[in-house]
Amino acid sequence: MTIKIAQLSCGTEYSGIQSEIDHAADTVGGKMVYPDVAFDDIKRSVDEFGFNPASPQLQLMIARAKSLADGHYDADAVFIATCFRCAEGALVRNEVRRYIQEHTKLPVVTYSFTERLKAAQLLTRMEALVTIVEKKELLARERQVGLTAGIDSGSSTTKAMILRDNEIIGKYWTPTGPVLETGLEVLEKALAEAGVKQSELDGIGVTGYGRFLIGKKLGAKLIQEELTVNSKGAVWLADRQKGEATIIDIGGMDNKAITVRDGIPDNFTMGGICAGASGRFLEMVTKRLKVPIEDLGALADKGDWKKVNMNSYCSVFGIQDLVTSLAAGNTIEDVAAAACHSVAEQVYMQQLQEIDVRQPVIQVGGTSLISGLVKAVGDMVGSKPIIPKHSQYIGSAGAALLASGFLEGI
Amino acid sequence: MKVFMIPPNSLILYDLVERFGHQPLSLMGELREHVVKPEIESPPLNLSQEDIMNGLKYAGIEVPSGVRGRLGIWGPMVDEAEAAIIMHDMPYTFGCVGCHRTNLMLIYMVRRKKIPILEVHYPKTDEEAKVMVTKIKAFLEGLK
Repeated sequence: MTIKIAQLSCGTEYSGIQSEIDHAADTVGGKMVYPDVAFDDIKRSVDEFGFNPASPQLQLMIARAKSLADGHYDADAVFIATCFRCAEGALVRNEVRRYIQEHTKLPVVTYSFTERLKAAQLLTRMEALVTIVEKKELLARERQVGLTAGIDSGSSTTKAMILRDNEIIGKYWTPTGPVLETGLEVLEKALAEAGVKQSELDGIGVTGYGRFLIGKKLGAKLIQEELTVNSKGAVWLADRQKGEATIIDIGGMDNKAITVRDGIPDNFTMGGICAGASGRFLEMVTKRLKVPIEDLGALADKGDWKKVNMNSYCSVFGIQDLVTSLAAGNTIEDVAAAACHSVAEQVYMQQLQEIDVRQPVIQVGGTSLISGLVKAVGDMVGSKPIIPKHSQYIGSAGAALLASGFLEGI
Repeated sequence: MKVFMIPPNSLILYDLVERFGHQPLSLMGELREHVVKPEIESPPLNLSQEDIMNGLKYAGIEVPSGVRGRLGIWGPMVDEAEAAIIMHDMPYTFGCVGCHRTNLMLIYMVRRKKIPILEVHYPKTDEEAKVMVTKIKAFLEGLK
């Protein structure tokens, strides 16, 4: 079955990236399609939509969105993309996304691109779109069965978790070194904690950047991108499988904001343009402050972010702000608080604008253990985020849970 | 009723709305609040970074700061509006707004609200002006 992904976009051809988009869709078993519209439909659609952009291709984008919403064209998912830094494009992109979500049940992903499109990130988005359509039944799984392992090969850390009959019996994490070796190491240690052998496992699931390498080596039943796997792990660990929620995962290299309904993602954004808005920046801050990362949250809790000017979009300038602040006599508590606030603010500005945040907010990933960052995110979204137990293990928990969906007769 | 106007700083529309018994949502009033706030020092409009962040409710970070800054002020006025008058094709002097992208978004936001809206074109002759004022009068008198 080929998944039809409707492309609503402006500028992809002249940015020279259309073939990359087609290739990414093809790689994950999808096909880009373009809703047909007649010339006469364009003006009428734009008038009905109510936003009248000057750019004809954005007008076409609106007409295509209306064609999908009115049921004149059949597709399984929607990919909405415009050029990075086009104001008109950014406005239309977000309103078209909102429109599609209000009028259809199709999963949507939005993307702003440059000519240097990041193939891996695009692939993850496409894979997630296809997964949501193709594996809806698997994603609806709420209980883990049998004995399964999940491995999350992230950019900063690699995690493994062993589950038996919906209970956690083993887990381990370590900073990511060589991808394969680290993956095998965390699995071995988690198995040791669980007191079981690898040969006893009914199945293995792998997610994260190193999923293909590790998954192939281990003969994994599930090799899946982290957007759907992490969201599944988050709602399972938080025991919020029913209803709506927003999952915020501030990772080492990129951040994810995912909205879910009954545990199945229906919209997500994934950022990664600037390290200043990621866990990596907090790591750099702790190195400069000479404190362990585990202590950063408690330090930030005692500080006042308003005393330090740190609102950089870039980790290099952020560290410059930090150095200047320390030289000016600010305490490390205030600097720690400002660093947490800066990351939370950028996640809010860059990502939470592209989804409609639904309560409750579940914050996950290793950075959710930094209390100062959780507080800063809570200030931004207007409510205290839920931090599930073992929140850094969402990827491995989700992978183990979903891998059990492939076990027949259990 | 609270009536929003596009352009939001049109004195003529402001006067008409007030004259026919409604409350114009006034950009001048909003900006006055900012300008007379003694603690902010960001002349001439005293827009702070917080105002521009408020604009994020209406447009993402990729949208230029000038658009977000405008929407940070006008957006809450649209949220408050119970009716609206939109003027198209107006000359620079009718209401100095300055940003076409913001105008597009503002019109869209008003249309999305599903409130009573009158859309008129700037008159080119005296006769057209009379027709326009008559239309506005009828619209405002019809608002309950």
